[in-house]
Amino acid sequence: MTRLRFRDQDYKTAGRSVLDCLGANGQDIPHSCRSGVCQGCLMRAVSGVVPARAQQGLRDTLVSQGFFLACQCHPVQPLEVSLEGAGAQHYSVRVLGRKILVPGIVSLEITRPLNYEYRAGQVLRLFRDESTWRNYSLASVPGIEEALHVHVRHVSGGAVSGWVHERLVVGEEITISGAQGECCHVSDAPGRKLLLLGTGTGVAPLWAIARDALRNGHQGDIHLYHGSRDEAGQYLRDELEAMQSRSRNFRYHPSVAPAGGAHPGVAAVALGEIGNLAHWRVYLCGSPAMVETARMECFLAGAASGDIFADAFLPYKASGADSSPDGPGTLSPTPGRAQQAGASLESR
Amino acid sequence: MFPKTIHRQEREGTMGLYEELGGAPAVNAAVDIFYRKVLKDDRINGFFTGVDMSRQIAKQKAFLSMAFGGPSNYTGLDMRKGHAHLVERGLNDAHFDAVVEDLAATLRELNVSDSLISQVAAIAESTRKDVLGR
Repeated sequence: MTRLRFRDQDYKTAGRSVLDCLGANGQDIPHSCRSGVCQGCLMRAVSGVVPARAQQGLRDTLVSQGFFLACQCHPVQPLEVSLEGAGAQHYSVRVLGRKILVPGIVSLEITRPLNYEYRAGQVLRLFRDESTWRNYSLASVPGIEEALHVHVRHVSGGAVSGWVHERLVVGEEITISGAQGECCHVSDAPGRKLLLLGTGTGVAPLWAIARDALRNGHQGDIHLYHGSRDEAGQYLRDELEAMQSRSRNFRYHPSVAPAGGAHPGVAAVALGEIGNLAHWRVYLCGSPAMVETARMECFLAGAASGDIFADAFLPYKASGADSSPDGPGTLSPTPGRAQQAGASLESR
Repeated sequence: MFPKTIHRQEREGTMGLYEELGGAPAVNAAVDIFYRKVLKDDRINGFFTGVDMSRQIAKQKAFLSMAFGGPSNYTGLDMRKGHAHLVERGLNDAHFDAVVEDLAATLRELNVSDSLISQVAAIAESTRKDVLGR
């Protein structure tokens, strides 16, 4: 009998799938086709071994985080499962540093808790208090920086960004969530070409993804395009230029709107230079308008839909008493079945 | 227990088609080619401007799975409701034909035999009345 653990209860699978076993025990697991197609029954393994068949057809970024399809999962070894991603967990951390990168953007350095697992490009929640939090992409890379780094843009009236910029002091204890999201680097295909498109502080997770790829010996070309309205928006320029001069396969393309004109779109600029994106892996981070346009343009240029990873930084929408806006730097789960389930912990 | 789900076992006459086409991996292989064709097809791409792409890909997967004779959640009523706003915008037989054409072209690109393609087209055809709200 194989033991299955869910919400602190043990069950015996008796040859059944995780979905059937939990369903028979009165646990309501979202599902639909029961055939491994719709991916509606996405769950995450907390510990134990997931049979390979239960992860067939899932994106690598989900597989690497232990996600699997409950309807296709017949465990042969003890398994603990959850409906939530790692983001449901909270950690108490200390502010180690606060550095102004350019006017309006600070890099916050915080302690990395023991056993805090994350991948370059993932997202964490930063809590001002129990009910006030925003998502920020990690700019740090596990194995390069010891601490966690996030870049916070000051949004006028922002409940969290205002607090970070104006009141938070070094040494203070704050709360963060576990890291989550699938817009992250997985070093499973070192030969693939990577296209990284970002606007605003979207360049922070892209910078992390590029550094992680290079650190892991990525061989394929990596092109990072950073779009901004003006020169002042091109932060991290020194770091990215230094990276370019150090590495054979990393290319940095700062892209500023023409004086007095609108930016043609960072995807249009990149595609004008690259052309066909067949077999490329694409990462999109930044404003929702850029992400949606770029997603479509990259797909039409030949990138497989499963090879496009995106984080759209949505402006904060008040759902209750706290009505202060927070702009870039806030992030919402990208839609789509698998992603929705994978990020269902994002209760926005 | 799952009243909304039509399992392929319950659908007469299409039992082997889904397996013959290659099951879920075939759906995954076809979805990008198909959706790219639809988005590039000037006869119909106007209906897709501004829609959320990742959500559409999931919907197209569900549609292909159904058209391949595989597992599907589609009911006639879902088809009606899902396309009612497009019918209001002028969705007609010519648009429906264009989608079926793009679907057949996708399968030809994947080297699917003509006899299987006509079986898929027949399943797609069976949704015409619901899609066009008749």
